[in-house]
Amino acid sequence: MATVEELKLRVRELENELIKCKQKQCAMEDALHRPKIDKMSAEVVDSNPYSRLMALKRMGVVEDYEKIRTFTVAVVGVGGVGSVTAEMLTRCGIGKLLLFDYDKVELANMNRLFFQPHQAGLSKVEAAELTLRNINPDVLFETHNYNITTMENFTHFMDRISHGGLEEGSPVDLVLSCVDNFEARMAINTACNELGQIWMESGVSENAVSGHIQLIIPGETACFACAPPLVVAANIDEKTLKREGVCAASLPTTMGVVAGLLVQNVLKYLLKFGSVSYYLGYNAMQDFFPTMAMKANPQCNDRHCRRQQEEYNKKEAQRPKVEVVEVEEDVVHEDNEWGIELVSETTDADLQAASGTMPDLPEGITVAYTIPAAQDTTNGETVEETEQSLEDLMAQMRKL
Amino acid sequence: MADEATRKAVSQIPLLKTHAGPRDRALWPQRLKEEYQALIRFVEQNKAADNDWFRLESNADGTRWTGTCWFIHELLRYEFRLEFDIPVTYPDTAPEVAVPELDGKTAKMYRGGKICLTEHFAPLWARNAPRFGLAHLMALGLGPWLAVEVPDLISKGLVVHKEQQREAAE
Ligand SMILES: [Zn+2]
Repeated sequence: MATVEELKLRVRELENELIKCKQKQCAMEDALHRPKIDKMSAEVVDSNPYSRLMALKRMGVVEDYEKIRTFTVAVVGVGGVGSVTAEMLTRCGIGKLLLFDYDKVELANMNRLFFQPHQAGLSKVEAAELTLRNINPDVLFETHNYNITTMENFTHFMDRISHGGLEEGSPVDLVLSCVDNFEARMAINTACNELGQIWMESGVSENAVSGHIQLIIPGETACFACAPPLVVAANIDEKTLKREGVCAASLPTTMGVVAGLLVQNVLKYLLKFGSVSYYLGYNAMQDFFPTMAMKANPQCNDRHCRRQQEEYNKKEAQRPKVEVVEVEEDVVHEDNEWGIELVSETTDADLQAASGTMPDLPEGITVAYTIPAAQDTTNGETVEETEQSLEDLMAQMRKL
Repeated sequence: MADEATRKAVSQIPLLKTHAGPRDRALWPQRLKEEYQALIRFVEQNKAADNDWFRLESNADGTRWTGTCWFIHELLRYEFRLEFDIPVTYPDTAPEVAVPELDGKTAKMYRGGKICLTEHFAPLWARNAPRFGLAHLMALGLGPWLAVEVPDLISKGLVVHKEQQREAAE
């Protein structure tokens, strides 16, 4: 006999099936309303979804707007920032979007933009594709509902980044990191360093009042492993910031601003207009937008980052005119009004025990923590050499 | 950082030597052996200190770990299942430990029952990578989390002792 819980679960599953059917039907009907458009037109008529975008070309802001249709962008993480990012790119008429996320839509997400309550229970990538296809049927979509950080999925993820372009077999043009955790960022960083794939990282702080975007060109600009995570100083006294009973806060405003900054940088990068930001921070408390650029670290932990640097340096040496990304040498002021601290959240004792060198960063940007320059490997006992096999050890662990 | 007891426990866990993640076919088996050595030592030490509180085991290639952890509160033992995958970026980044049966019961959790570690954990892990292993993750991550969350969940009635649960059902 099925328990009440099991029956509830089954009802929920069927409800979700129904939502999917309804949405598929709507999508099909709506697709009939707006057929695919072969060529973007600049004609200003109320039936042309691209007229205002093509006006950018007429005004001379963008040289060739239609080129947007030739690009493929992968969005990793379709949450508060990623979903809005995907919507903006869809409305701009991007050629192809790859969406990666393992999560489901939950009612707890409704303080954010994009997803709607009736989509609760659907996978984020699936729900996003249905909505986005409806908004712009000219965009090609490819969705993957999995966690990219596990072994099997990571291999597949790498394969899709290097072969998932508009022309099957070609790499994507840009990867956008819209994930909310360190592991996933590092996984994207690892993949992009190995593949030499240009990507942009985005993030919103756990207190929801600061964020950043960052362009990473493997071998040229600092990768995510080149330095401890860069964060925007929010000028909140960490000692008064209460963390008990909560994991993270989120605001649709901050996430919307960060998504906007990210896609603006994407458009400027792909369509070649304006200047592309290497690192752009957003401090919502003071409305301050610090910028900076940082070169790749020759001592980076990621060997593929070091390999990309060698290749980049070789290429640069062959070029007649050397154009190097300038590292802004701004020194952190001692009386800093932005509340920069070496390691904001830890105690003085921790700082003394383990603080490393602080990179030169402009006002308003700091690192999440520092790493001691040389680890004292003699400090602390290490595991001994053992004759035991892995199987022996596994068995021993089970017997404990 | 952590309290004195945690500090002491952590200082007794042997550090690991091999810097290799699961994608490193050649060196991962060696790292895995070191993980088991450190875990065995940690569990033995916990037993000796009359503070045995978890068991872990992995699949054959060491990429998926499952086990149980328990917490004694007012002489009653509360036991929970735990699980995590080794991310491709391990040991530079720590795995995300999940206690699925507590999902949705506490705000100190991300979706899927992944525990939300304190702001001290990430810097500590980064500073000690790759010498910290899964035993350190248990001691610095899950242990302190359980110590804070379980008594709170019990006091709110969100976690009920299995025996009492059975009595209530009868
Ligand atoms: Zn690097």
